[in-house]
Formats: sequence, structure tokens, C-alpha cells
Amino acid sequence: MWMIEIPPFVPFFIGALILLFTRGMLRSAIMIAIPIVSAMHLVMVPEGIHLQFTFLEYQLTPYRVDKLSIMFGYVFHIAALIGIIYSLHLRDTMQQVSAMLYAGSALGAVFAGDLLTLFVFWELLAFTSVFLIWARRTQRSYDAGMRYLIIQVLSGVILLVGTLFYAHENNTLAFGYIGLDSVAGWLILIAFGIKCAFPIAHNWLTDAYPEATVTGTVFLSAFTTKVAVYALARAFPGAEILVYIGAAMTCFPIFFAVIENDLRRVLAYSLINQVGFMVVGIGIGTALAINGAVSHAFNDVIFKGLLFMSMGAVLQMTGRINGSDLGGLYKTMPKTTILCIIGAASISAFPLFSGFVSKSMVMSAALEEGYDWIWLMLLFASAGVFHHAGIKIPYFAFFAHDSGLKANDPPNNMLLAMAIAASLCIAIGIYPQALYSLLPYDTGYNPYDATHVLAQTQLLFFSALAFVWLNLKGMYPPELRSTNLDFDWIYRRAMPNTLQHIFSVIWQADRALRDALKLRLNIYLSYFSGKNDRLSFLLSRNYPSGSMVMWVAVVLATYLLLSFIK
Amino acid sequence: MKNEKKYLFDNPNNVKRLLHILYACCVILVVLDFVIHRHTTHDWENLWAFYPIYGFIGCVVLVIVATWMRTFLMRSEDYYDNPTETDAHNDYLDNNTSNNNVLNKKGEHHVDD
Repeated sequence: MWMIEIPPFVPFFIGALILLFTRGMLRSAIMIAIPIVSAMHLVMVPEGIHLQFTFLEYQLTPYRVDKLSIMFGYVFHIAALIGIIYSLHLRDTMQQVSAMLYAGSALGAVFAGDLLTLFVFWELLAFTSVFLIWARRTQRSYDAGMRYLIIQVLSGVILLVGTLFYAHENNTLAFGYIGLDSVAGWLILIAFGIKCAFPIAHNWLTDAYPEATVTGTVFLSAFTTKVAVYALARAFPGAEILVYIGAAMTCFPIFFAVIENDLRRVLAYSLINQVGFMVVGIGIGTALAINGAVSHAFNDVIFKGLLFMSMGAVLQMTGRINGSDLGGLYKTMPKTTILCIIGAASISAFPLFSGFVSKSMVMSAALEEGYDWIWLMLLFASAGVFHHAGIKIPYFAFFAHDSGLKANDPPNNMLLAMAIAASLCIAIGIYPQALYSLLPYDTGYNPYDATHVLAQTQLLFFSALAFVWLNLKGMYPPELRSTNLDFDWIYRRAMPNTLQHIFSVIWQADRALRDALKLRLNIYLSYFSGKNDRLSFLLSRNYPSGSMVMWVAVVLATYLLLSFIK
Repeated sequence: MKNEKKYLFDNPNNVKRLLHILYACCVILVVLDFVIHRHTTHDWENLWAFYPIYGFIGCVVLVIVATWMRTFLMRSEDYYDNPTETDAHNDYLDNNTSNNNVLNKKGEHHVDD
């Protein structure tokens, strides 16, 4: 059937075009219809390659469906739908169109069967999403968006170079297992790593996401990093270096999250932490670990989206997002509070919530493969994520001291979007088999045995106990209005300062050199002119050079005249 | 004030109740450790109350280290908005530098006088 050949990004791109010419209810209806129709279409599509053509002697495959890509295809549709419902109240064409294009680009990237198509969508992801940051229309968001765009485009350029190397070495552009035994592999890993927020390349995320609009952050949190996780899972499963990178990603952001004041930035740090679990899973590379990584990506899109939505609701209704300004909102925003707590329980991997059924797979795989220390780090990160995302976020926003802010629950469309995400979190937690049946491998894994449940519950409850104890002792760091330096300090402060310093030294040296030269020149000039003065006053420097030119002209003219006379 | 509605946690007793429930849960979970037979895959898991102790200590260490990190990572809220604002350690320099000095420091662009 010809309909099969339509890749899922096409309806989204066409939809974005239609949005430009529609208004009001019609536009809302179209925005909701597109992900639903496209998802129904995707369900019917069988596995295989559905679109292929030859371009400059290379086989391009813009549409390939298999177990791995369809998993991300489904969750991106869910995320797009939830995000669209969440932003239905908006009257901002720029945001709505770019969100649609952004979701379409993410779908294009995960169904890309060759590296060139992947590169195109990789760059489109950057260019379409940056408008969700700029749409906040503040100087801060403009600057953050610029930095975001530069880093994202850099990742794309590195991917393109890697692709060219790869095509040269293997004479194919097919996007499959790449591995790390060539320069091309490393370049592509770096490109994926930047988008995946690997340590020291992670600051675009914590910098830009909290500066985006209320609704923009919800879209942003769903797509870019998960596309990178998908690409890693396809190209580098079992690359051991990813285990260590991933473990670092799970651990270091939680320290920053504990002292961060902007609650959406706390969530951005915890997003890196969650992606770390996925990267570890991909690095381990066994069937169980890959399943864990993919299903955790699936769940993370939903529960992280839910958390960003609940914090977005707080920002929307109170105009504040700093932990130091908030508190006591459970009184006036009870529904948001409950939905936020469901998201918090999911990300903390409480049994019966979605995080539990996927994160435990990665942890089990780490133990089975003998990564003892990595497992300990993951365990620490699990406790830590509960600490900063599970407790800190709801506690400082909705409880803690009464901030005196009077806000209501957000508009119904926002509540509905959050409710859908929350029910998915609980549904997947209670009935994980539905999720497991979609996974790339069949491992017969069951998260709900007494050992796992007890261990995880003990870990979480005693983390909560630690929070309570620290709070009662007054040792918990208070929320302070502040900026915490992170790696972005290098390119936002150190490098500009160093450059400025270097240039000031260069300017000063240049000035000194120039002055010295000029002085020398003046001395020589006055020396010669003094000499000439003594010889003859006609050659004196007091005569302008114009008169000299005139006399030369007179002499030449005389010669000319004489030649005629002869 | 009659209009002032009383909320759940305005009553300190409710907070206490919640905390007592938490303490009770923690005790029960440790006791369950002896009742339920675990399928352990690692030696550390057999240690007495490994998960509770690890979770508790892990979080305390996390918070203490994070608080300590504040001593050298924390800057004012608009740190990046003011490019002229120097780091906290260089504050004493700032007091001596007048506007003229700043210009001199930059060396001006002095291509030709």
C-alpha cells in the first residue's frame, strides 16, 4: 500500500505548514489530530525498509522500521500529543509551528536508515527547537538559545565529518552498528555524545532548557537527548567506554541538583542523570541492558515530561520558579501537587511506578556482567535522584515554608496533559508487560520479585529518612538565589576573559611597538631635515612636497617642449 | 480570622504523624530484611541492612559534599549577566581599578593616534 511509504515526519511537517494558515479551534484540532493519526498509521506499519533511493551512488534509506526505532517512534508520538495538549492554551504561532517541526525532526531521525538522512534531521532538531527557547523573548533566553544552537550545530558538523570518513572507509552510508575501531566511529560517538549531554558537553542542556518557555521545555526534554540515546543504542551497543561515561553522568549532576535554586534547572540536571542510566545500559550491551536502556528512555520521556509540566504549571501560575521563592503551594494547587508527586515517584523508581520497571533492568544487567563499582555508583545515583527530584522538587515547590503565593491550578488543558502522563506512569508501573512486549529483545525479565522490591524500597525510604534527618538538624542546604558554576564557566567566562586578556596584551605590545617606531622615524626625519637645512634652504622640509611635485612637472614639461623644438 | 482556611500541614501534629509513619515504615523494612529470603547476586547485598545503610549514608554524603561545593561554585544570581563582574576572589582588585584603568588594561584599540 502506498500509504506505508509515508514516513512519520511527513504528517508533522505538513501539519506545521497548515498551522501557519489556521487559527483558533481549527488549529487546535489539527494539532491534536496529527500525532493521533500518525501514531495509528505507525501501529499498522510492518517492520522493514519502506523508502529507499539512490543519491550520488549512495543508497539512502529515509524510512526504516525495526524493533528499536519503532519503540522511540511510539514514545515520540505520545510525547508530542502530551506536549501539544499541554500547550493548547497558547496563542503563539512561532512556538506551535516549531514544536510541530521539532517533533517531526525527532521522528525523522529515529527512522533514518542512513547516516546522511540522520545528519539532516540531526541539524533540523537543533534549528527547530531553538525557537522554543527564543520564544520566551527575553535577552537571557536569546543568549542561552544562541549558545544552544552553536553547540548543537557543532555536534551536527562533527557528525557530518564522521559520516564522510565512514562512507570513505566502508563505501556505504547505512546506519547500523558502527563501533569504535576507526576515526569515523570516534567522531560519530563525539557527535552523539554532545547531543546526549556527556560530561563536559552537558551544559547546553542545563543552560538552555530552564530558559525556554513553559511549554517549550516540555517538548525539549522529550526529544533531543532521546534521539541521541537511540543513535548510541544503534551504533555503539556494548562499547565499554559508555559504561564509565554513563556512570559519571548518573553521579555528578545530582550534586549540582542539590544546590541549584531554579527548579527547572534541577530537573535538567536530573535529566542528565537519567540519560546516564540509559548510556550505562547501552555500554553494557547485553539484551537485558539494551532493553533496560530503551525502556528507560521510553519511561523517562513520560515522567520527565510530567515533572517539567508540573514545574511549568508552577511557573505559569506564579511567575516564579526558584525554590527560594516558592513553597506552600499544595494549598492552592492541589491537583498539580498530586500529579507532580506521581512524576517524582516515577523518576525515583518506586515500585508500581514506571521508573522502577526499567531502571532495575539496567541495575541487574550491571550486576550480572560484573560491573560491581558501576553498580554501586548507580545505586548511589538512584538514592540521589530520589533525593533531588523525588523529594526536593515537590517539597520546595509545594510544601516547605509557606511562601504566601496565591495561585490556582493551571488551565484544564495543562491538567489534562499532566493527567495523561501520570496515568501512563502508573499504568506502565503496574503492568510492565505491555511495555516489555514492545522491547527489542525478549528476556523474560520480571521486576516484581521480592528481592528487587524490598531492596529498592529500603533504599528509597532510608534516603527519605536522611532528608528528614538533615532537615531537622538544619544541615540541609537552604535554597539560595545564586548561580552555580559548572563547566559552562569555561566558555562563558574563562575563555572570553582569557581572550580579552590576551588581546589586551597584544594591543599594549602593539601600542608600545608602534610608538617606538614612530619615535625612531621622527628622529630620523628631523635628522635628515636638519642636515638638508644646512645644505640648502630649497630642500628644506619647510617646503611642502606639493611644490616639489610642481617643480618636477615643470622640468619634465620643459624637456617635452625641448624635444618638440628639435 | 474566620476566612483563613486550615490546611493539612498547618497543623504541626499532622506533620508529626507523617514523620512517625515514615519512621515506622523504615523499621518495618529493616525487619523484613530478616523475614524475606533474598536471591542475592552479590556479596555486598548479604551484609546486614546493606540497602538501608547505603541509602542513608549515600544521601548524607551527597548533601554534605554538595553544600561544600557551594563554597567555591556559588556566585551571585546575575553572575553571567555582568561581564565586568569579577570572581569573588578578585574583589579586592575591583576596588582599585577605576574606569581609566579598565581602559588601560584593555590597551585601547589605538591603531593610529
